[in-house]
Amino acid sequence: MTGDPEVMSTDAPDLTGRVVIVGAGHAGGTVAALLRQYGWTGRITLIGEEPLPPYQRPPLSKAWLKGEADGDSLALRPPSFYTEQSITLRLSTGVAGINVAARMVTLDSGEAVAWDHLILAVGAAARKLSAPGAELDGVLELRTAADAEQLKRALGPGKRLAVIGGGYVGLEAAASARALGAEAVVIEREPRVLARVACPELSGFFQAYHAAQGVGFEVNAQVLGFAGDHGRVTGVLLGDGRTLPCDAALVGIGALPHESLARLAGCACNHGIVVDEAARTSVPGIYAIGDCTQRPLPLYGLSGRLESVPNALEQAKQAAAHLCGRPAPAPETPWFWSDQYDLKLQIAGLPYHAVTRVIRGDPAQAKFAVFHLDADNRVQAVEAVNAPPEFMAGRQLVGNRKPVAPEKLRDMSVSMKEVAA
Amino acid sequence: MAKIIFIEHSGTTHEVEAKSGLSVMEAAVKNNVPGIDADCGGACACATCHVYVDAAWLDKTGKPSAMEESMLDFAENVESNSRLSCQIKVSDALDGLTVRLPESQH
Repeated sequence: MTGDPEVMSTDAPDLTGRVVIVGAGHAGGTVAALLRQYGWTGRITLIGEEPLPPYQRPPLSKAWLKGEADGDSLALRPPSFYTEQSITLRLSTGVAGINVAARMVTLDSGEAVAWDHLILAVGAAARKLSAPGAELDGVLELRTAADAEQLKRALGPGKRLAVIGGGYVGLEAAASARALGAEAVVIEREPRVLARVACPELSGFFQAYHAAQGVGFEVNAQVLGFAGDHGRVTGVLLGDGRTLPCDAALVGIGALPHESLARLAGCACNHGIVVDEAARTSVPGIYAIGDCTQRPLPLYGLSGRLESVPNALEQAKQAAAHLCGRPAPAPETPWFWSDQYDLKLQIAGLPYHAVTRVIRGDPAQAKFAVFHLDADNRVQAVEAVNAPPEFMAGRQLVGNRKPVAPEKLRDMSVSMKEVAA
Repeated sequence: MAKIIFIEHSGTTHEVEAKSGLSVMEAAVKNNVPGIDADCGGACACATCHVYVDAAWLDKTGKPSAMEESMLDFAENVESNSRLSCQIKVSDALDGLTVRLPESQH
């Protein structure tokens, strides 16, 4: 205690420090903007490896791929925004290391940038398929705008796209490929698509819907490698000896968090950079937000890694609020969405403690929801297809943990308002 | 181009110039108007861009779609002039449009 009356009498946070944000994606761009909204006056430097200012990734496999959205609409904010808000953008710039003692990041060029507060928004990388031929031209991944450009060039009437991995990215790309007149086949290692991220009813529905749109499926399938000609992919070699011919192959088999910088800085990592409810890492002064984090999930008493825009925004709010001395934002219910053809899938919650599933509505009419209930009939998660009331009410129920009556939930003559009341 | 006026729940006013063709939500996000989070980027999937359209503009902004209506049904603090701002397209006819933000989005 210094006894200094001026120090003791003020609780006002110091908003003047230098903030360096590593990673200029959705999370990094948002936390920079929020810091200014919340009154931060200190220097803010946003460092990104890609040449583009922060942009939205979800449309890359959806509206943008189909040509329904242009580059301007992908951008989170116009370029002038960063000048107006005095946010220093360092694009096409890699970060080589973090010196915690000196509070510096070292850029690939060797230049050092000083920080008082460091925010890691470094994201995740597409998981690579280690198989012979994976280096051939036309074997693609989908994470960045540059990846999406390559994929878009490979699609068009008469082209054949092989999608390896029946997850959301793969299914969305297959739907967009069909919309562009290309053929698409989805190759999945598990017995069903969306095996790790959706219930069997939803998997079955999506696979059937895609099949009706002309998408081919190979499930329980092993990819041994790629066939090529003059350095360009011409087919996918399957474990049963067949070769599926293709003009391009998209590998969508998940993502791995970028942990190496954080590890070098001494931040605890465990399937992601471990953070608390204020997005603080284990190293004082360093925050981490977005896809790269292993974060508390207070609704479930667990921690997990979430790859979603709502997660990036929630953690951006947590970090900005903590830095600016604002009250912590209320915990949000995790949620996700996907658009495929005319299907709008909305998911709220995570089915960690679920023991039963209740289906409401009719999958045959492409309008239904699957509710995941725990042993006390509390909604843990809801997966809703073209069913916004079920999604919105379900999201409320996940958050407030009120038990529901399964027989009412199943009964379409009882409105969701009544079920949730 | 159209001038759009956003009034936060606290009364703070933001006047922004928006390109025709953008959504009112995009005009807010691109100009750092607080309180419009737009988690889903305009896919009508989240209801985090909820606004109240000033009475004088209700005719010009039109009616919400069935999808938007069912999202609004379960949003917080919904009024008869509630809209999701991602579903209102900016046009010259909306020059001067005034929208207010709900208490739940401050």
